[in-house]
Amino acid sequence: MDQFIFGLEVVMNGLMTGVMYALVALGFVLIFKASGVFNYAQGVMALFAALTLVGIQNGQVPFAHLINAVFGTQLHHFGWTVPAVLAIALTALVMVGLAFVIEKLVLQHLVGQEPIILFMATIGLAYFLEGLGDVMWGADIKTLDVGLPQGISDPIEEITANWFGYGFFIDRLDLWATLIAAMLVAALVAFAQYTKQGRAMRAVADDHQAAMSVGISLRFIWVMVWSIAGFVALVAGIMWGTKSGVQFSLSLIALKALPVLMLGGFTSIPGAIVGGLIIGVGEKLFEFSIGPMVGGATENWFAYVLALIFLVFRPQGLFGERIIERV
Amino acid sequence: MIYREAGDFKTSYRDDSQTFPIRLDRWGYYAILAVAFGIIPFVINDYWANAVMVPFLIYAIAALGLNILTGYAGQVSLGTGGFMAVGAYAVYKLMTSFPDVNIVIHILLAGGITAAVGVLFGLPSLRIKGFYLAVATLAAQFFLVWLFNKVPWFYNYSASGQITAPTRTVFDQAVTGPAASAPAKYLICLVFAFVLAWVARNLTRGSLGRKWMAIRDMDIAAEIIGVNPLRAKLSAFAVSSFFVGVAGALLFAVYLGAAEVGEAFGINKSFLVLFMIIIGGLGSIFGSFAGAAFMVLMPVLLKNFLVGSMGWPTDLAAHIELMIVGALIVTFLIVEPHGLARLWRLAKDKLRLWPFPH
Repeated sequence: MDQFIFGLEVVMNGLMTGVMYALVALGFVLIFKASGVFNYAQGVMALFAALTLVGIQNGQVPFAHLINAVFGTQLHHFGWTVPAVLAIALTALVMVGLAFVIEKLVLQHLVGQEPIILFMATIGLAYFLEGLGDVMWGADIKTLDVGLPQGISDPIEEITANWFGYGFFIDRLDLWATLIAAMLVAALVAFAQYTKQGRAMRAVADDHQAAMSVGISLRFIWVMVWSIAGFVALVAGIMWGTKSGVQFSLSLIALKALPVLMLGGFTSIPGAIVGGLIIGVGEKLFEFSIGPMVGGATENWFAYVLALIFLVFRPQGLFGERIIERV
Repeated sequence: MIYREAGDFKTSYRDDSQTFPIRLDRWGYYAILAVAFGIIPFVINDYWANAVMVPFLIYAIAALGLNILTGYAGQVSLGTGGFMAVGAYAVYKLMTSFPDVNIVIHILLAGGITAAVGVLFGLPSLRIKGFYLAVATLAAQFFLVWLFNKVPWFYNYSASGQITAPTRTVFDQAVTGPAASAPAKYLICLVFAFVLAWVARNLTRGSLGRKWMAIRDMDIAAEIIGVNPLRAKLSAFAVSSFFVGVAGALLFAVYLGAAEVGEAFGINKSFLVLFMIIIGGLGSIFGSFAGAAFMVLMPVLLKNFLVGSMGWPTDLAAHIELMIVGALIVTFLIVEPHGLARLWRLAKDKLRLWPFPH
C-alpha cells in the first residue's frame, strides 16, 4: 500500500514535469508546423529569454564583460531594477526582434533547402545564441523571480493527508505552470483557428507555394511564428528558470523536448501535450521502479529509448501525419 | 598555367579511373605524404603534437566515419560521441584484459566492437529517416554515456570512475601512457588516418559506395533499381561506426590518456564532428580532413589571438568562440553547403583555366 501511494505521488509529479516538457515542445511544434523547420535552438531560446529577463530585471549592462575587456572599464549594473511585468514585456520585444533578425539573416537564405540542412542551421543558431547570451549577460548562475509562488502546496498536502494518511509533495510552481500552459495552449489553438493570421499560418504550413500564390507573405508569417515561438520560449524560460535557476543546463531542456515530439508527432499540438505527459510520467515511474536496480539517473536516456522503440512501430508518432512518399 | 591537364593523356581505363587523374594532384599528394611521414616526425615537439597534429588526425578519422554515414549514405547521426565512447571503453577493457597483445590489434578490435554497436543502433534507420533519425540517434548518445558511467565493470571498478591508459608499445616505442613521445603518438595516428582514409576513398568509389549514394539521393528509387536498403544502410552504419570507434580508441589511448565518459564523449563531441563534416564538405574525403583541421585549428588560433595578444579573459574568449562557430555553421550552410571541399574544387577549376577565363 505504501508503495502504491508513493507511486501515485510519483505519477502526480511526473504529470507536472510532463507539462513543463510539453511547454518547450510546443515551441518546436509551432515552428515546425508553419515553416517545416525543426528548430533545435528552441531550448537555447528559452535560456536566452530567461537570461535577458533576469538581465533587464536587475538592470545589468548588456555586454558588460566584453566592454570591460576591451576598454578596461568596470561596468556592471545601471543601478535600477525593473518591475517583473515590464521586464517580461521588454523581453518579449527582444524575442520579436530576435525572430526578425533570424528570418532576415538565416531563414530567408535557406528557403527551399532540405529539412535536414535547416535543422543543422538551427544547431548553428543554437551555438551562436548560447555564446551571445553568455557574452551579453555573463555566464554565472542567476536566480529568477517574477513573483510566482513556490514551495509545497498546503491544500493538496492536507487533502491527500486526509485521504491516504500521507501528504503529497506538489510544488505550487508546478501547479501554476500547468495553469499557464493550459492557458497558453488554449490561446494558441484559438489563434490558429479563429484569426486571419492564424489561418494564414496554417495555409503556409500546408503548402508554401499555394499560400504565396493567394497573397500570403511568407516572410511575415515566418517572423510571426518565430516571435510566437520566442514568446513560448520566454514562458518556458520563466518556469524552468524559477524552478532551477538560470544557467546553461536550461538549454538542455530542448533535449528533453525532442523525444516528447517524436512520441507525439512533430506536427501536432495535442501530440506535444500528450507526449509530454507520457514522457514525464514514464521517466519518473521508470526511475522510481527500475532505477534503483540499475544505478539510477535513467532519466537521461529513458525518454529517448522509449521514443526510439515507439518510432520503430509507428514512425510518424502518436498524432503525426502519415508520411506518404512517391518516386 | 601551372595546373593543367594538357599533355596528361590516358591510354587505359585504369589510368582514367584513378583517384588523382591529374599529374600535379598526384605529385602534390605524394609530396604531402612524404612530408607527413618523412619530415614532421623528426621535427614535431610536444606542443604541436598535443595541440594540433594528434587531435587533427584523430578527429579526421571520426569525421571520415561520420561522413560515410551522413555525407555518403545520407543518414544523419548525432550519436558520434557515444560511439567514440564505445571505442574508448572497448580499447580500455582490451588493453587491461590482454596486456600482451599489440595495441594496434586492440584498436582495430575496438573499432569492430563499435561497428557491432553501431549496427544495433542503426536498425531503426530502416523505418525512420531524416531528422527523426537524427533525434533517434541521440538515444544512442545518452544511453551509452549513461551505461559507461553506471556500470563499474567498464571502468574496472576504479574509484574515480575514470579510465586511464596503461603504457603500450609498438616496435618497442611507447605510444600510449605517460611515457609516449610526441613523434610516436603522431606516427601511430598518422598511420591509422592514412590507411583508413585510403580504405574510405576506395570503398566510396566502389559498388558499396554507389549503393550508399543511391540510398542518400532517393531511397525508394534506389530500392527499385535493386539496392537492398537494409544492407546498404546497415553497412554504412557498420563502416562508419568502425571509423568512429577507432577514432574514439585513439582519442582516449593516445591523445587524452585518461578520460571520464560524460566529459570526453558528451553530446558536444557529436556536434563537433558533425560541424567538421558540414564545414569540410559532406560526401568528401578531403572535406573530412579540411573540416577537422579547421575545427581543431580555429580554437587554438582564436585563443592565441584573444587571450594571448588581446589579453581578454578566457571565459569571454570561449563564449565568443561559441558565437563564431555557430555563425560559421550558418554561413557555410547558406553560402556553400558543400563546404571547404567545394571551395577547393572551385579553386582548382579556376586554376585549370587560368589565365583564360573560358
